[in-house]
Amino acid sequence: MSVTTGRAAPSGAAGESSRINATWQEVAADGGLAAPAHHDLALDHTQLRSLYRLMALSRRVDRQAINLTRQGALGVFASSQGQEAAQVGAVFALDDEDWLFPSYRDSVATFARGVDIVEVLALFQGSWHCGFDPYRYRVAPQTTPVATQALHATGLAMAARMRGDPIVALTLFGEGAASEGDAHEAMNMAGVYQAPVVFLVQNNQYAISVPVSRQTRTESIALRAPGCGMPGVRVDGNDVLSVYGAVRAAVDRARAGGGPTLVEAVTYRLEAHTTADDETRYRNADEVATWRANDPVQRFAQTLRDLGVLDDALTAEVEAEGEELAARMRDSLFGAPAGDPREMFEHVYATPTPALNEQRALLDGELSAEGDA
Amino acid sequence: MTVTMAAALNTALRDAMREDDSVVIYGEDVGTLGGVFRITDGLQAEFGAERCFDSPVSESGIVGTAVGMALYGLRPVVEMQFDGFSYPALDQVISHVAKYRNRTRGRVGLPMTIRMPYGGGIGAVEHHSESPEAYYSHTAGLTVVSPGTPGDAYSLLRSALAHPDPVVFLEPKRRYWMKEEVELPVSGEPIGRALVRRAGATATLIAYGPMVATALEAAEAAVAEGWDVEVIDVRTLTPLDLDTLAASATKTGRAVVVHEAPRFAGYGAEIAAALTERVFGHLAAPVLRVTGFDLPYPPAKIEHHFLPGVDRILDAVARALEY
Ligand SMILES: Cc1ncc(C[n+]2csc(CCOP(=O)(O)OP(=O)(O)O)c2C)c(N)n1
Repeated sequence: MSVTTGRAAPSGAAGESSRINATWQEVAADGGLAAPAHHDLALDHTQLRSLYRLMALSRRVDRQAINLTRQGALGVFASSQGQEAAQVGAVFALDDEDWLFPSYRDSVATFARGVDIVEVLALFQGSWHCGFDPYRYRVAPQTTPVATQALHATGLAMAARMRGDPIVALTLFGEGAASEGDAHEAMNMAGVYQAPVVFLVQNNQYAISVPVSRQTRTESIALRAPGCGMPGVRVDGNDVLSVYGAVRAAVDRARAGGGPTLVEAVTYRLEAHTTADDETRYRNADEVATWRANDPVQRFAQTLRDLGVLDDALTAEVEAEGEELAARMRDSLFGAPAGDPREMFEHVYATPTPALNEQRALLDGELSAEGDA
Repeated sequence: MTVTMAAALNTALRDAMREDDSVVIYGEDVGTLGGVFRITDGLQAEFGAERCFDSPVSESGIVGTAVGMALYGLRPVVEMQFDGFSYPALDQVISHVAKYRNRTRGRVGLPMTIRMPYGGGIGAVEHHSESPEAYYSHTAGLTVVSPGTPGDAYSLLRSALAHPDPVVFLEPKRRYWMKEEVELPVSGEPIGRALVRRAGATATLIAYGPMVATALEAAEAAVAEGWDVEVIDVRTLTPLDLDTLAASATKTGRAVVVHEAPRFAGYGAEIAAALTERVFGHLAAPVLRVTGFDLPYPPAKIEHHFLPGVDRILDAVARALEY
């Protein structure tokens, strides 16, 4: 079963279409946020259905990842629930040859990009730090040191521009990560070199326990954009169509040589920071409930129903696909063997050093002693 | 021809850029100015501002973007303007440059080079005379190189630029103006090979980078004492060519490691321990260390009291001979 990203169905394909509205706020010339502006989106019904499918499957695999963590198949998991619109909407705006630079938070973005979910979860399973081939999917390994991947995105975008390739890099990071020097350096250098990169900040209100008011004194992370010489946009991160529209506009501009954009998607993390976190220590249930009422997956489903794009048949079909995926996750991740520990020596250098060969021999000895015992 | 180390490095970069259009150079002041030590002099004029360009003052940015460029198939060669200003990039170096091949299970190697002028001895103000080699050598996944002669500066830098893995290239700045008779291009011993620079039988001096010349000077001075001292140039700190070091220590029975960096948990400790583990039975004396002191690099006017010189080295050889 392959889950491929959005743009699978070319826009303008024969399918029917509806006028779809997306809304976002740009950073105005005076440095503040402009009033929300409405934009028409050119998405036909086939694309809307793919988007729905990705949103719904994302929720399903995320829920399953949490279950599997509770049952011991994964060591820990950082949920994307509540952030599906931000992640899936942004990835849906990419073309095949573009690159994605995600963090630990962005398993669902990585999945929506087409990476097999079992390969995605290698990181949390502890079978390897990155379970997929970055070149195959044009997705960099999910990073854990926050904001570091933003520089890789800028660098790849600079390289693509030097080569004359019409490629865009999209990087995702949190509002907490936005406080890191690397986030600033990545945006500043992207501005200086007009690198075709889109910075998507998912402001999910908390960096573990610390609220966004401790990350910035301003009303939006997007306000940093003018300081780096790029357009800034703030969008409702729980409205997948608006995220898609804002990111797609940024991607198109970058591809056309117009340089980088900073997009802040205002959203909320519905689950704890990770499965190891106790969210009750820093936020109350009422707040979570308020945001749950603004669930991006349900919201999008409702929009599509109103448009007549989503019916019970499609819902059932996607649900069945989700159950199949969840079952495959269970089968593949439960009791998966740890792999050969000797492999840890293989990927340090292209050619192992003499010291590594010696140490490998030591481990070999330990392993055969264990085998004999 | 007579070549300075600075000219050898410059020529190595130029030759690599001519041969391989995926080589790009950037960093602070490397373009128009040609670098504060002029190592990239003339490269922007010859190859254009697309391939040799100035960056913002942004060390983490420089190294982090190089990761992305290498991922895309370029061979970035970035300059840290001084040793002491390479620290803002340490997170990128440790968390990504060194680990990328491993993180991706061997699927993505990063062929990139991080060059920096390093070490003391030029009367600089603070933060311009650091010896950070232990930080880099301790980090698995990095290849760490420091040339001791102009010829080696050329051939090791060419090897670094052709290497499949990231190389931290430490240029001994006090030796930038050191001269050697050598025809470029020269192809020397590869990365990972130490060299006997002077053969001897009484004791072994082990040095790298800026201390190779000092060790050779000490070996010459030792002749007056009746000692025939062997000098080994380590050249590649990671991976260490322990075989060459062990063969020499086995032959002479006495080894002294020399470096500018402070002693405690320094690179010399690794060599001393490794030799002791490998050839303890052949040693007539413990492996001794001649190093800088365990303190922040001192002000310029007193730095010569900090840096290992011929006398401190010969004292250590004498101590080794007393056992
Ligand atoms: C450089 C760095 N510092 C600290 C941490 C520990 N840490 C992990 S997640 C996190 C909060 C990050 O918050 P944010 O960027 O808003 O992303 P979110 O987890 O909310 O998606 C912190 C401090 C880290 N991973 N990296």
